[in-house]
Amino acid sequence: MRRALILLAAAGLAAAALGWWLTAPARLAPDVFDGITGDVTQGAAVFTAAGCASCHHAPGATGEAALVLAGGQRFDSDFGTFLAPNISPHPEAGIGGWNLAQFADAVQRGVSPEGAHLFPAFPYTAYARMTPQDVANLWAYLQTLPASDTASLPHEVGFPFNIRRGVGAWKLLFFRPDWVRPADTPQLERGRYLVEALAHCGECHTPRNALGALDTGRWLAGAPNPNGKGEIPALIPNALDWAAQDIAYYLETGFTPDFDSAGGHMAEVVANFGRLTAADREAVAAYVKALPAP
Amino acid sequence: MKKVIGILGIATLALGTAAAAQDFGGQLKARQGQMRIIAINLGILGGMAKGEIAYDAATAQAAADSIAGVTMVAPGPLWPEGSDEMSIDGTKAKAEIWSDNAGFLAKYAELHTAALALQAAAGQGQEAIGPALGGLGGACKACHETYRAPMN
Repeated sequence: MRRALILLAAAGLAAAALGWWLTAPARLAPDVFDGITGDVTQGAAVFTAAGCASCHHAPGATGEAALVLAGGQRFDSDFGTFLAPNISPHPEAGIGGWNLAQFADAVQRGVSPEGAHLFPAFPYTAYARMTPQDVANLWAYLQTLPASDTASLPHEVGFPFNIRRGVGAWKLLFFRPDWVRPADTPQLERGRYLVEALAHCGECHTPRNALGALDTGRWLAGAPNPNGKGEIPALIPNALDWAAQDIAYYLETGFTPDFDSAGGHMAEVVANFGRLTAADREAVAAYVKALPAP
Repeated sequence: MKKVIGILGIATLALGTAAAAQDFGGQLKARQGQMRIIAINLGILGGMAKGEIAYDAATAQAAADSIAGVTMVAPGPLWPEGSDEMSIDGTKAKAEIWSDNAGFLAKYAELHTAALALQAAAGQGQEAIGPALGGLGGACKACHETYRAPMN
């Protein structure tokens, strides 16, 4: 009897240890950036396509002021309110004290330099698909932006979602950095890279399960607005019947085929896409047109 | 019994009056019609800018004139307080229109400014439309970004 109890206790301890080990933050391999140097000009394009400023500029900032990544915008969700942090190059208030490897662990693995899991409100699940070269380019570009000494504010997330190890379990279940859709032409590949990695379109256009993970079985099939009333539209064929050139024109100008215009967070997305190349907008349109009907 | 019917009648009347007072049907039709007039005329100009419709100076000018005219309509009577998406159905107007009314009015004024620029450009040839259209699109987005909810 006593032996059985000891065995049981040992098994329990082993399970707890295994769980602790499994939910530990996993970083990128140390040699990912060997031989890679970041390019500031390329990084500016990555920055625009990835929409970093849309979430990290100060609330209401526009124009040049939107390049000061002071943070502070609030994002409501079913799990609490997330506050975008300061990611300007300020050495204390921002991420100026980080190095490229630490930056990449945050952007592509959701792990902070201190080794804490980051909440997936930050779309590292999409950015995980970025090339190491683009991560290095983005890092190089971020150094050129103005520093802000605005302190990052804590997230307003209640129990049990505030347990960071829980995010480790979430990652075990749902963090899949592989591609969602096939792409067999260079244009579709580029479109997929923009949609699934940089522009992280799925974050709003794909419905989520009860634990907040994207339901990739209903990829880009439309979802409730994460920050209020209304629906984020579906992009799949039965819901969106625009021609490819209509989609590209919308991404450039914000005008739908019947000349309604983009609003809400999509207005910021269009402002970003309008600064990319026509070829990039056409690639996104090609990707969207290649989505399967449900 | 008579008393009950009387009370019911008064209650029905009261409810009916309340519903009629808060439904803002006319205002919704007016402002959605205003947006639709803009969209239809943008369709003409956009078609010309994209090269889908042959450029014609008179048609382009008429479309731009319509947009300039309809964006001159004073916004106050069309957007009465209480006609937001949380209070009534059939609208995407966000409560921010009233909580930040100065900001909304500024954006509305910028729409007319952009429409005047489009009006000046429309007769100047096919190449002149695109940039002016871009300016107007920017005004649409700038307001919709903050003051319009996603589709219902």
